[in-house]
Parts: sequence; C-alpha cells; structure tokens
Amino acid sequence: MSNNHRLPRLPGEWIDRAHSIEFEFEGKHFQGFAGDTISSALWASGQRVLGRSFKYHRPRGIFSLANHDVNGMMQWGQKLNVRADVTLLEMGMQLSAVNTFGGLNKDPAKVLNHLSRFLPVGFYYKAFHGKRLFPRWERVFRTLAGLGKVNLSTPRLLTPKDYAFCAVLIVGAGPSGLAAALAAADQGADVVIVDENAQAGGSGGYQIGGELAKREATEALLVRVIAHPRIRLLTGIYAAGYYTDHWIALVDDKKMTKLRAEAVVIAAGSFEQPAVFRNNDLPGVVLGSAAQRLIYRYAVRPMQRAVVLCANADGYRVALDLIVHGVMVAAIVDLRAHHQPCDAEVELAAKGVEMHTGTCIVEALPTPGCSGVAGARIAAFANGVADAATARDIPCDGIVMSVGWAPAANLLYQAGTHMRYDDLVEQFVPDALPPGVFACGRVNGVYDFKARLLDGERAGSAAAAHVGFGEKRSVSVPVELESSSFPWPIVAHPQGKNFVDFDEDLQLKDFENAVQEGFDNIELLKRFTTNGMGPSQGKHSNMNALRILARLVDKHPREVGTTTARPFFHPVPMALLAGRGFHPVRRTPMHLRHAAMGAYFMSAGDWQRPEYYARQHKDRLECIREEVDMVRHGVGIIDVGTLGKLEIIGPQAAEFLERVYVSRYANLKIGMTRYAVMCDETGVVVDDGVVARLAEDHFYFTTTTSGATAIYRELSRLNTQWQMACGIINHTGAFAAINLAGPQSRKVLARVTTLDLSAAAFPYLAIREGKVAGIPARLMRVGFVGEWGYEIHVPAEDGVALWDALVAAGSPFGIRPFGVEAQRLLRLEKGHVIIGQDTDGLTTPFEAGLGWAVKMDKPFFIGQRSLQIVDKQPQRQRLVGFRLDQAHGGPAPQECHLVIHDGAISGRITSIGWSHILCAYIGLAMVTPELAKPDQTFEIRITDGSLVVARVTPTPFYDPEQRQQKEEA
Amino acid sequence: MPWRLLRFVTSGKHPEPQMFTHHDGLKKVYDAVIIGAGGHGLAAAYYLARDHGMTNVCVLEKGYIGGGNTGRNTTIIRSNYITPEGVQFYDTSVKLWQDLSQDFDLNLFYATRGHYTLAHTDAALRTMRWRAEVNKHCGVESEVVGPEELRREIPMMDMSCGGHAPIIGALYHAPGAIARHDAVAWGYGRGADQRGVQIHQQTEVLGIEVTAGRVSGVRTSRGFIATSKVLCAVAGSTPRILDMIGVRSPIYIHPLQAMVSEPMKPWLDPILVSGSLHVYISQSARGELVLGASLDPYELHSTRSTLDFTEGLAAHMLELFPFLSHVKIVRQWAGMADMTPDFAPIMGKTPIEGFYLDAGWGTWGFKATPVSGKTMAHTMVTDTPHPLITGFSLDRFRNYALTGEKGAASVGH
Ligand SMILES: Cc1cc2nc3c(=O)[nH]c(=O)nc-3n(C[C@H](O)[C@H](O)[C@H](O)COP(=O)(O)OP(=O)(O)OC[C@H]3O[C@@H](n4cnc5c(N)ncnc54)[C@H](O)[C@@H]3O)c2cc1C
Repeated sequence: MSNNHRLPRLPGEWIDRAHSIEFEFEGKHFQGFAGDTISSALWASGQRVLGRSFKYHRPRGIFSLANHDVNGMMQWGQKLNVRADVTLLEMGMQLSAVNTFGGLNKDPAKVLNHLSRFLPVGFYYKAFHGKRLFPRWERVFRTLAGLGKVNLSTPRLLTPKDYAFCAVLIVGAGPSGLAAALAAADQGADVVIVDENAQAGGSGGYQIGGELAKREATEALLVRVIAHPRIRLLTGIYAAGYYTDHWIALVDDKKMTKLRAEAVVIAAGSFEQPAVFRNNDLPGVVLGSAAQRLIYRYAVRPMQRAVVLCANADGYRVALDLIVHGVMVAAIVDLRAHHQPCDAEVELAAKGVEMHTGTCIVEALPTPGCSGVAGARIAAFANGVADAATARDIPCDGIVMSVGWAPAANLLYQAGTHMRYDDLVEQFVPDALPPGVFACGRVNGVYDFKARLLDGERAGSAAAAHVGFGEKRSVSVPVELESSSFPWPIVAHPQGKNFVDFDEDLQLKDFENAVQEGFDNIELLKRFTTNGMGPSQGKHSNMNALRILARLVDKHPREVGTTTARPFFHPVPMALLAGRGFHPVRRTPMHLRHAAMGAYFMSAGDWQRPEYYARQHKDRLECIREEVDMVRHGVGIIDVGTLGKLEIIGPQAAEFLERVYVSRYANLKIGMTRYAVMCDETGVVVDDGVVARLAEDHFYFTTTTSGATAIYRELSRLNTQWQMACGIINHTGAFAAINLAGPQSRKVLARVTTLDLSAAAFPYLAIREGKVAGIPARLMRVGFVGEWGYEIHVPAEDGVALWDALVAAGSPFGIRPFGVEAQRLLRLEKGHVIIGQDTDGLTTPFEAGLGWAVKMDKPFFIGQRSLQIVDKQPQRQRLVGFRLDQAHGGPAPQECHLVIHDGAISGRITSIGWSHILCAYIGLAMVTPELAKPDQTFEIRITDGSLVVARVTPTPFYDPEQRQQKEEA
Repeated sequence: MPWRLLRFVTSGKHPEPQMFTHHDGLKKVYDAVIIGAGGHGLAAAYYLARDHGMTNVCVLEKGYIGGGNTGRNTTIIRSNYITPEGVQFYDTSVKLWQDLSQDFDLNLFYATRGHYTLAHTDAALRTMRWRAEVNKHCGVESEVVGPEELRREIPMMDMSCGGHAPIIGALYHAPGAIARHDAVAWGYGRGADQRGVQIHQQTEVLGIEVTAGRVSGVRTSRGFIATSKVLCAVAGSTPRILDMIGVRSPIYIHPLQAMVSEPMKPWLDPILVSGSLHVYISQSARGELVLGASLDPYELHSTRSTLDFTEGLAAHMLELFPFLSHVKIVRQWAGMADMTPDFAPIMGKTPIEGFYLDAGWGTWGFKATPVSGKTMAHTMVTDTPHPLITGFSLDRFRNYALTGEKGAASVGH
C-alpha cells in the first residue's frame, strides 16, 4: 500500500525515511520507516482498524498512541499482546490482531456487539452457574476471553539485569523533567533521567499548538541535559515500579535495571482522557495528543477532515496543528459554556473555523461497516446533559478530542503519596509527598508551559538539596489560570456504546447499573465493572469512572477518592523479571573424586551428594547393598562435608550451648564429644548434631546438612540478643569432613597418622587434633552408622588430599566409598533418627525417644518451659522400631503410610528399609502409645488399601549392645 | 445463551435490585456484632440469619466489602490437608462451595480444575504420601502420581525444571478449584442483607467494652453499639483487635504477595503448586495467570509490594514453563497474612465471654470461607464450639495440642 497519509518531511520527525521497513499485518503487506511504531506505520498506510475489542469485538484503531489504551494489541510470532502503539517496527514482522476468530475482518465474534444488550455489566455473575453446565460455559468464556496466544514452544529467554545508583532520579524527560534534571545537576547532584519514549522531550516535542517556541525551548533544555557531565539521559525505558527506599525497576526491551536513588522526582506528566459519547471508540476517534504524536513524531496525517471536541486551550492548539498539516477542521466543539479565548482560539477564529461552545458530540457516526468515522453528531450541552433536539451532523473522517487530563501519578501512589483533588485544575495532585519524593509538571497539576519549567526547576533543586547538594532554591510557580480538564466530559445516549474503559468495553450505563446494584464506592465499582483492571490499568478510564461515580452518588470527586495504583506502570515480561535465574549449587571439595568413582548425585538442599556409587553391571540396589556390606564387614568412606560445622569460643561458650541444646555441656570433658539435640520454643525437635570440647572456652559442633544455614542464623540472632561473652564462627564451607567407618577403619587410619589410636588413648566419643596424611585434622570417634569409625574434619582445601590418602591407605582392605542411601540404611539398622523424617513439626524429644538427652534440671534451655508442660501430659505418640513378619511377601509399606488401629489413624511409618543383614524389613514408626509397647503388633495400610502387620521391635536392630562401635575388635 | 439474560433486553430499566441496602446509621443495640466484612465475617452473618434466624446482626467494615484478604487472594480451594481435623474441616467447606452459586443465585465461577502439588525431592514426596493417605482415609480424593502421569496431564511442563530440580512426582487432588473471590463476598453479603443483617462499610471498630469478663459493646468510628456477642473476623488485623481486649494469641503477621499476568488464551487447566520452588499458578476464566509464592520472610504489618518477589517468582515459574518468557505481568499486590505456629486457624471461644474469634487464616483461609461461616454461626448461637472446630481452639497453644498443618499449607495456600 502507498504511504498516502504520510506528511512531507517535518523537522524533528522520529522516522528515518532512508530506511523503509516491510512487514505484514493480518496477511497483508505493508511498509513503514525505521522509527515508526507498528500503529503509526499502519495508520500512514491507511489501515484504520488495528484490532478488535475484548468483549464486543468492536473494531478499534489508534486512540492514545501512547500505551494508555490497548486497542492495537498484536501477536508477533511467539510474542503475544504486543502493543502496536509503542512497539518499534522491525523488518519482516508478521503481525495479527489478538483475540479475533479467523482474522480481523471476518471475526464472527463481532456478533457479540449486537448481543451487548444481553450482556450488561457483570452479566456473567447472573447466569451460567447451573452446576452441570457451568464447566461448559467456563470453556466458552475462557475461549472468548484471553487476548494473545502463548506459543508453547517458546524457549526460555535469558536476559541480563543491571544495577544503577544515582543521587536524583527523574522519571519523565518532558519539559518539567528536563528542567528538574538541570536544576539538580547544577547543584552538584548526579542525575539519571529516564523516559519511556524513544526520544526525550515529552509533550514539548509534539504539543506545539502553533507555538514553535515551546519546542525550541524544550530542545534547548535537551541540548543542555545531554551535554551535562552529571546527567545520564536514558530513553526507551520506563519506570515500572517504585519500591521502598527509592528502589526503582527500570525496564527497556532487553533488560531490567534496578536503580537505587537518594531522591526521586516524578515528572511523568499526564494521560489525556477521552470524552464519553456514543461510538467514541470508532477507529478515527483519537485523542488530541495522539493526533499530535502522529503528526510531529511520525509525520502521519491523522485524518482528512476533523471535528475537534475540546474543553480547554489544548484542544484549540491541536486544531491549529491539524490545520497547519493539511487537515481540514470542519468544526471545533467546546463543551464549556463560557471561557476566556486563548491565543490559538483567536487565531482559529481569524481563519474562519466553525466553532460551537456549550456543545458536545453525542455520537460519532460510523461509516458503513463501522470501521471508521463518517461524521459527528453534535448538540447543545448544558449542565452535563445534551439537548437532543438541537442535534445536527457534521461530516468528517475523524474526531479529535481534548477535554482533559489525569495525572500519571502511579509511581507517586506506589511511593505512598497522599493525593488531593484540586478544584482549580480539576485533577488529583500530590498533597503530602514522602521524604525524598518530589513531583513536578502536569503530574503536579501545573500545565502552563513556562510554569512547568519553573516547577521542574523547583523540584530538581529541592531534590538535590534533600540529598545534600546545594540549597533549595525558592522558585515561585505561577498558579494555573484555568483548568485543562473538564469536570464532566460525559454524554449519555439511549443506545449506549459510549465507552469509558476501552480495554474492558465498559459503557456509561454499566456504571449506572453497577451503582444501582450497590457497588457504589470506587473499589467495589472497579471490582464489579472491572474498570481499570485490563492491560492498560485504568490509564484512560479511571478518571471518568470516578467522575461518573461521584455524580451518581452525588458526591464530590474528592470524597469518592481513587483506587490504589500498584506496580507495574506498564506490564513487564516475565523474562525480564526473571533475568538469568541463578541456581547456586554447592559441591564439596571431593566432588570430582565422587564423579570419577561413579557417584550418582542427589541434591540435599543446595548441595550435591553421592546417593550411591554406580558399578558396572550392577543395579542401584546391589550397589547400595555392597556399600552397606563393606561398612559392616570391612571399611567404607563417606563424604560428610555438607554437615553444618560451627565453632564457638569464649568464656560463656559452654553456657551458650547449654541454652540452645537440651543436654549439658558445662561438664563435658575437654577432648570429648556429646550428642546434641536442639528444640524450638515449643519443645519441638528441630536439629541434631555433635558438640566437641576442644578447650575450656572452645567448642566445635555440627548441625544437620539441611539445618546448617538456619541454625547458624538463629544462633547468631540469639547471641546478638543475649549478648553473651562468646562468638560463633561458621566453618560449614571452610571445612571438609570424611567419615571413615567399619571394623577395619582403625587400621586404615593408622597407616596415615601417628596419633595413638588405641581405645585407651582415643576412646569412643573422643575428639583429637593431629595430622592425618600430613594434614592438620580434627578427628572424632563418632558415627551415625554404628561401626568403629572416625569423622575427620580438615580445611576444605585439603579435603581431596585427605580423601586420596584414605582411599590409598584403605585399598589393601578393599575400602569403598558409600553414599547417602547406604548411610540411611546403616543408621536405620542402628535405630538412629533423622530429624525432619522421623520427626515432624510437632515432635518432642520425648516422643522421638531422645528423652535421655534432655536435662530438665538445667536452669534454662530453649523449649524447656514447653517441655515441662508437655512432660506432665499423657504422651500422644511415640517413635518405635518395627519389623515386618519375615514371611511378608507382598509390596512393602512405604514411608508415610499410615498405621491404622480400630479403623482410625494411629500413626505413620517414618522410615523403612530392607536390611539384608537382618534379613527383614525394619523401620521406625510414630504411633499412639498403646501401639508402642514391646512386641505389640500394629497394621500399616499401604497404597492399594491392604493392611500389613508390623511388630514393635527394640532398637538398635543391629548390634543392640553397641559392641561394634565401642569395643576393640 | 441462557434465557436468564433475556430479562436485560425485555425490561426497560436495568432489572437488578440493589445488592446491599443503605442504612442511615447504626442501631444502638444488636444481638451480635461481626467485625470485618471479609468473606468470613459475611459468611458468619449469612448463616446466623439463614440457619439460626438471628437477624439483628450487623457487620462492621472499616473499608469496603471484601477489601481485605478476601479480595486479594489467589482463590485456591482444596481439602488435601495433613491432619484429619483439617481434612474433614476443609472437605466440608469444599462441599459447601460446590453448591454455593446455586444457593446465592450468583455465579461465583467456582471451577473444579484439579490441583497438583509437585515434588522435586524425596522428602516432599514422602509428605505427599502422608497427605494422600490421610485424605483417602477421610474420604477425600488425593493420590500420589508419578512423572509419567504428569507428562501426560501437563505435557507443556518442563519436568526437569531447567535441569536443576527435576520433578519426581506430585500429589494430585481432583476437587481442587478456584473461584471469583469478590463474588463470594458479595454473595454472602447480599444473602445476609436480604435476611435483615446490616452491613456498615466505612465503619471502623476502635474499641470493645468488656464488663466483668463479658462483652458488652463495641466502640466504632460512627458511635457506640451495645451487644453481648462479638465475632472478630479481621484476618490481618486480628492482633489489633485482640489488643483491645487484652487477649493474647500467637498470631504474627507476614505480608503475602501475588501477581497477575495479562490475559491470554487458555492453556492451563489445573492449579499447580511447587513447594520446593515456592511458587504456584492457575489460569483464571479471564485468561490471566494468577501467580503466587510463599510468605515474605519477615513480620510486617503492611501491604506494600516488593520487586524481589516478582523476580523470584518469575524466575521459578519460567523453570516450569519456559514458554512464558514473553508473557507480561500487569499487577502485583500484597495482603497481610495472620499466621499461626501450626498453620491451622484459631476458631471459637476466647477467655472473654461473648467474644468469638475467627482468625489465623494466614495464607489458606479463602477456601474455608463457607465452613468457617457455618461453624462460627453455630458456635455463636450455642456458645459451644462446633464439633468441626474443636481442634482449632485458642487453648491449644496453652495446652500444647497443636494441629500441625505446616506440611500441607506452607506454599500450597
Ligand atoms: C496474596 C494472598 C493469596 C492468598 N491465597 C489464598 C488461596 O489461594 N487460598 C486460600 O484459601 N486462601 C488464600 N489466602 C488467604 C485468604 O485470603 C484469607 O485467609 C481469607 O481471605 C481471610 O478472609 P477473612 O474474611 O477472614 O479476612 P479479610 O478478607 O481480610 O477480611 C477482614 C476484614 O476486616 C476488616 N477490618 C479489619 N480491622 C477492622 C476494624 N478495626 N474495624 C472494622 N473492620 C476491620 C478489614 O478491612 C477486612 O475487610 C491468600 C491471602 C493472600 C494475601
């Protein structure tokens, strides 16, 4: 198609005529220029219908050309809901309108437009809820609703994130924002100024209205801003949200930048607001500012013959801009009964343009097919009511409206600004700003061009002074002489289709009906009508909704108030929020050794741990069984470096440990270790480990792998709170730890250390410091698996050397590494509990069979008070060991299968495993006390519903006398 | 098109009556005063009037109907809890839900979509088995499903979760549902209103009169009301009301946030939760993705939003569904969740006679709206806790008789 609506070259235009861009829309071929948006290129080519509306599938065209409406929402390959008004044209784009069925023109769903009377506001609440049919209706609704389509094969987009800092951030690079930036930077502040448009200048670049001086002034500011060493100007980027302490999300099309400012100036301007009249949504009915953007940014003639609806000086200025660029202005219709003519109006009058005051447009007359404007029906307008008797039609192919503005105060609201309705400017303006937040220009209710520059200067200076640069200058900003916003730009029509919210297809009567139904405050009205809940989030609709509500309930807009504006200002793609998505994975120093030995890794929190070591021609269970056998009969080695490893030093170290663990540590001998159980304040077991005393005032202790981070954090918190004379050091990552276990472990260790390993010199539960394979090490004679063994802790950097030395020393004994699975079974054979598996969020140490560790006579420990109370109550449950009947042949119970007694839930299996050494299924179960008696049987219900009998068995199942780990072989 | 919509065309005026009556002022005396016009307060009022004929009742709301957590929640309805008390209680609620649109003659968009809780670890799978077993025992449909079934039912999901947290199974709960939250409050509100209950919006409770250990009245921003029964159903504001009468509770407030995408054509039917990734997702009838995560990690009495919440949530969601990369988030918000140590609610009587508490709804109370209304109405009328809520009494914290729901309620809501 030809560029038949393109104007001759204009100074400052954003398009690059040297680069033409070919693209497709709805299967048709189009051409535009670099710098065009999708909408401007289509409009230039004469394409008026850009999309269809959400509910009634009405044709829609350019309306704000500023992302304040979503009339032009498109599917572009994998990208959905692409906003045509502000998306730059790219070569080869293949676009289609979202939410049509079979194309923009065909779209059979447009029949909904004729059914609209059946579908009043909230109609879906009033029917379709028959129980049987609702699921089908829901399908229908879901298919009809929704906009674009997600393409399920879209790959994950990895995007960078950036961080930035500045003294003063200015949001909006229009005249007031530029002035603010200069004022702040001149006072010495380092300034960042951002603007969502491709180029800076804001309204100064397109709201010319016959006064080129405004543009020149704006350009002059811009030149100074660009040249200023302390100002960074960023365009094509929007402030998506304001968060506590001036933390701002800046979003461009490639990434999110998180910026921390010391002060923020909001100079975001205002959104032009539509007039509400019948068919005000027809393609060809545009906002004045949209017409100006088309002309001055993209050199596109908005229409041939226009009727201009206005209620302020801006409207007359738009009319001038139109005339200058070859649009015939058929008439100017002013809603106001009286006003002071502005300069533009005088000029237009001199040109002989037809003008009507106290007049409104009652209806935009559609072309046949309803895809454009054929005329405007105007009528006398007094006290907010049109006089139908005076109606007359003016032919035109476009209607331009400029009846008022609403502040772009979204970020101000997010920052916690209190706004007040100003009767003079007929809009909400900031009343009380939070510390460090400033506002200027139109968002602050200042419209006069010169006044905006002064207001910017004032705010910029104040912001700089707030963060310590210079003195706050006193700048007096003249008060507005007249309001740019008309208080009631709304015209009723018996046949409706006078739209308030274009995203949601809400008409004037929808609001009347909603209020009639009792949704008569702004929040309820919003929720019932869904006004402002569509993709443009009320930018073009909230103000009119508020005015309508105020009138319906006979209140002042001030009393009606606004709804809360939450992030985001414009929607943000999930990929940009997500960024690259890092997943820290922790590996112990011996990770590569494990891998080389065939480890099959599992995750344990952030850690990677060998679950077992795979062997050729052997399945998982066989491998695990061999690992178990090696520990029981020879020697095995396991990496336990993921345990939490803490050290506490200081005169009150013992006392601290006595407070946080249930056992006693003051009497622990130097060189000895003791099992440690930790409870929370309610007496519930939360962690366990081993505490070793290295000196009077020095302990080394471990926590579970999963608890390590939380326990260290909690202990640090308590230490801060209690202010005891001790300090805690977290060595979790700094130390490697290896458990050498099995009857041959001492012989293996003896080959690499000179420490006296005799039972007398290094008894069970002792800790020794010494060298192993030349590496300084701490060795503890403890073990979860119930064999003679050593837990050896060394600096992380020596972990590999220690591992290699032990493996080499053990090779004559057939040493093998074992993984978490073998360890789980080994410990189960010993009846050792795993906190979090054999206990849950309510288990006390008494219930878990750990009562022996609890020293109730200590002066204090966390959970003590609760345990004192619990101890007096009858016990509710108890952890017991059990065995299945040897004869059991069917499927074995699994962990968390229930114990059923007399038809009621009486417990659950917490651990179970097949012990080939004991030749039986063994396990632990949390059961009610009556089922916990020795030799008692109970029934477990497995997944298929059948019951399996288990018998309570004392633990340890294996080596009940504990000979293996304590006595010399 | 249903015939019922014909009336909008045949009648000249909008044929719908007012949902909520306007009252000129407060009466001097009510038989019962309910604080909070969230779902819970309104439901209690509705059942008081409908089931017990108690209609000289008012509901006081400092803001507007449903403006608290009711209007902010992500509407997951399910009964696959872990304690038998919990399962029976929420199952009763689910059954009430299923008939609620009919009861109200208002379409609540109650949509049974099925609910999956994904397991990425052994430990998670173990807890799911526990839940499935308890659920089945209580007659609630729940089962542990394996990766094959997940691949079949949710074929677009990346089972490897970006390669770092492979999904090994899930708890499937067929009755899992979502509903239109605001409509629930309106339905209960309208039903109560029609039966004579007075709802007073923009009326804040400022104090509670207690005489000799008994409630005697309520001080409000619009005057004093004499009454002998007060129900406190204010979710995130519970500590403030309890302060007024000097009753201690273990409730602590954390913000809970959520976000919603632009609408898109339907691609996701069930509700999906991943406890390990701390995220959940459903697609509303409008086509929006409703996305949430776990609680903010610290106490705060505020409904502010944070950026890091959206970042973390988006990152994890893209691991499950990489193809959402271009989907845009329009809005985020927060509510104040009234948390309890055992993740079960606090319901019933209090040390102050005539003062009834319905609180501790944390991140999970929307689904309980019908059953809490019903059981609290019963409790208020008979002055004895309804049998379904005896496990939820305030006393349980004193008596160490907690109802541990943490395993089933932390991310799952
Ligand atoms: C983001 C989010 C997601 C959630 N997702 C789910 C979910 O998926 N599933 C689920 O089951 N639950 C969910 N919840 C929890 C659920 O929303 C709440 O538990 C439930 O809505 C509580 O309802 P309510 O009626 O008790 O409280 P609310 O709806 O909060 O109502 C309490 C009312 O009391 C009013 N009030 C407070 N103080 C006073 C006073 N002094 N005087 C008068 N009025 C007062 C408040 O204004 C408010 O309207 C979620 C919550 C949040 C915040």
